[in-house]
Amino acid sequence: MRQTWVTPGGVHPPENKHQSVTQPIGSLPIPEKLVVPLGQHIGAPAIACVKLGDKVLKGQKIADPAGTVSVAIHAPTSGTVSAIEARPIAHSSGIEALCIEITSDGKDQWIALQGIADFEHTTPKTLLSIITDAGIAGMGGAGFPTAVKLNPGFHRPIDTLIVNATECEPYITADDALIRERAEEIIEGIRILSHTLGNPSNILIGIEDNKPEAIQALEPHTQDTGINVVSFPTKYPSGGEKQLIYILTGKELPSGQIPADIGIVCVNIGTTYAIKRAVVEGEPLVSRVTTMTGEACEINRNYDVLIGTPVSHMLEHNKFDAEKCSRVIMGGPMMGFSLMSKDIPIVKTSNCLLAPSVEEIPHNEPAQPCIRCGMCAEACPASLLPQQLLWYSQAKDYDRLQSHNLFDCIECGACSYVCPSNIPLVQHYRSSKSDIKKAEEEKIKSAQARERFEFRQQRIEQADKEREAKRAARREAALQAKKTAAPNSAADIVAAAQARTEAKQLSPEQEQAKLERAVSSAEMRVQKAQSKLDTAVASEEPEDKIKILSAALSGAQQKLEKAKTRLAEQSN
Amino acid sequence: MAFKQVTSPHAHGAKSTANVMKLVVLATIPGLIALTWHFGWGSLINVVLACLTAVISEALVLKIRKRPLAFYLGDYSAVVTAVLLGLALPPLCPWWVVVIGTVFSVVIAKQLFGGLGYNPFNPAMVGYVVLLISFPVQMTTWITPLALLPEGLSHPDFIESLRLVFSSLAPVDGITGATPLDSFKHTSGLTVDQIYQQDSLFSQAMFAGVGWEWVNLGFLAGGIIMLSNRLFTWHGPVAMLATLALMSLIFWDSGSSQSPGSMMMHLFNGASMMGAFFILTDPVSSTVSNRGRLVYGALIGFLVYIIRAWGNYPDAIAFAVLLANFCAPFIDNYTLPRTYGHTDRRKATERSED
Repeated sequence: MRQTWVTPGGVHPPENKHQSVTQPIGSLPIPEKLVVPLGQHIGAPAIACVKLGDKVLKGQKIADPAGTVSVAIHAPTSGTVSAIEARPIAHSSGIEALCIEITSDGKDQWIALQGIADFEHTTPKTLLSIITDAGIAGMGGAGFPTAVKLNPGFHRPIDTLIVNATECEPYITADDALIRERAEEIIEGIRILSHTLGNPSNILIGIEDNKPEAIQALEPHTQDTGINVVSFPTKYPSGGEKQLIYILTGKELPSGQIPADIGIVCVNIGTTYAIKRAVVEGEPLVSRVTTMTGEACEINRNYDVLIGTPVSHMLEHNKFDAEKCSRVIMGGPMMGFSLMSKDIPIVKTSNCLLAPSVEEIPHNEPAQPCIRCGMCAEACPASLLPQQLLWYSQAKDYDRLQSHNLFDCIECGACSYVCPSNIPLVQHYRSSKSDIKKAEEEKIKSAQARERFEFRQQRIEQADKEREAKRAARREAALQAKKTAAPNSAADIVAAAQARTEAKQLSPEQEQAKLERAVSSAEMRVQKAQSKLDTAVASEEPEDKIKILSAALSGAQQKLEKAKTRLAEQSN
Repeated sequence: MAFKQVTSPHAHGAKSTANVMKLVVLATIPGLIALTWHFGWGSLINVVLACLTAVISEALVLKIRKRPLAFYLGDYSAVVTAVLLGLALPPLCPWWVVVIGTVFSVVIAKQLFGGLGYNPFNPAMVGYVVLLISFPVQMTTWITPLALLPEGLSHPDFIESLRLVFSSLAPVDGITGATPLDSFKHTSGLTVDQIYQQDSLFSQAMFAGVGWEWVNLGFLAGGIIMLSNRLFTWHGPVAMLATLALMSLIFWDSGSSQSPGSMMMHLFNGASMMGAFFILTDPVSSTVSNRGRLVYGALIGFLVYIIRAWGNYPDAIAFAVLLANFCAPFIDNYTLPRTYGHTDRRKATERSED
């Protein structure tokens, strides 16, 4: 048994996992229309590379990755592109985003696939590009492009690969089912990952002890591979990346850093399966295992769901009873978000569709005042003081929120879960976080504006000063002139005029330069006149025109002579 | 409506504020039984009278503040305040003492500050201190414990007790007397051993004071019930009791006539256990972090001992708790826990650099 560490806090909500693992992973009929969002991952949304009306095959790329932090999107089945437009997507705020709608032709016909059987002799670079092109992003929930994670750079040597099979959220069994049925392929995927990371010395699969079947399924395939299956007591939220790193290694991820900074890469176990399919079979990510569960659905089980399958399609096939249902949740009951439309499609990060009955998850009670009982602080896995954060969130005291480490909150919801006053604590933190981010952006913007403004002020002042100085000099000169011109005789006026001309006169160097410029421009003119005359002669223009041109030439020549003489005079 | 926007988490634990409060009330039962057994029906009458007053005055204020009655009365916080005040008051004290104290606790100390969750001071203790300062005679007349009643006398029965409370008549001489802490404080010129031999409050006791040791054991039992139900953490009560014990060990001076008393006497007399488990654990007016609670509890234990030993009052839980309430926000600033991923504890007063 490998040593594990115990995180502070945590809660033990009813697991409710048994309902959905009684049957093997099933499949659903292909829906008539699939809606594939272009942004299913963290980073830039992919760019559509098909047009309306295009015929596509299953697995055909329909959108290219936009930049490095992005992945490709593929057609989940064969059919026709019937719309490219904004549709409601799987997002906590119910927003719309650009999607490609594919009307299925019912044939589900694959494009030609080409895999690499011998990945050990393939360079990591090639493997990474396969992973990006296969559209693989973290399937645990956040959807971070996997290839980016697997390429931490030379300055971050990786010694530990953690495969997250914790699945600590109640109800969800997608990873559990996947491991039970496809352990061999998962291990193959982990070996590919290990190869791309330069074979780190520790490879750990972290799994909670409430999945004995899955642990058993992994065992025969991990023997003599150097891959360790590490099980630890079930507690929510052990599957949080930071928590899992601590549980398995005893190391804390320093605030504001990524796991690669301490030599760790953490990947969801579903992602490793997708990587195996992509590399060895050449299959892009067009489907995933999703748990369909909750008492408002008659059938509870896991499905291999095509990406883009509308939620309504899944619900219908599992005999969903809208009357019984308190809310439809994508994800688990702790961190999942409620859906506002049944047309929202399943995406690469959708691990669960939960349709609980009102008895299972009752409607929210109204919040009572916080009595600072501290149960939240006991439950917090990050050792924060949620009750103080609430207090300062309501007061919008951003300084205090930051000194209480608001940004280290992982929004796991353990505090709200235990709160006897039913306060939606996490919602307060989310809103405060975005307020602070906004305030900071505005601060930067206003600092830039201030800098620009100050620079402009300075420039204007400078210009004013210069002008003022010139004016003063002129005034002074005029004053001097007046003084000398005090006796108002004719001779004086002449003298004053002479003085003015003298003042206007240029210095010898300036005069020289001016004359040189005159000579060179005169030379230019002569050349121009000469060439015009030449072309005219060559093209046999009328005689009078040639005469005019030759006159112009001689005029120019005379002027040049004059300028040259003046320059010579000046030089002497 | 299955498709609607609800914020996560969707699952919710079973505890509710009302249940927490109810459990606190239930946990006082062992102490209340001990009080009633040793000092008669007075405490029970206090508790019931205080509860009625509290609910009525809370309802009136809620009505004035235009708040929904059922929702706010349903949190049972007024009842908890009333029960704790009722337990702290001397048995058979006049009815108006109970009513004034309760009204002050609920209306002034709680509702005027914004109601549950917003009171900076422990409401029950505010009420208690107001009474102690305003009506010292009524507040210091205690009942003789059952075991020490003179031959032929007994505690008044329930009806007689009610009559005494509502007629505001003083109970018969002989059934009233000093508390052990009071008696100990006001006996001068005797060594601790001599007091323990001469004063029947001590000579007939098991280890601390006749009747009082049972009352304290009762509240200790209630405290353990609440601890095992995780209503609060051990930090506050343990820090308070440990500091009180430590102080009485340091200043024990082997029992001379100047000695402030033994460790057992301090731990199991007066309101020590009730204070440790029912008063300083009031979450609203105490500190928030576990480290903060250690400091807060220790401060209360320290103040209790100082006032008992060298102050004017025989017991001091109420004063000590109110003084510590003042300090709680300050203590909170410097006792933040270390957050995951940070090497140091931070101070709440840190400013983000501008």
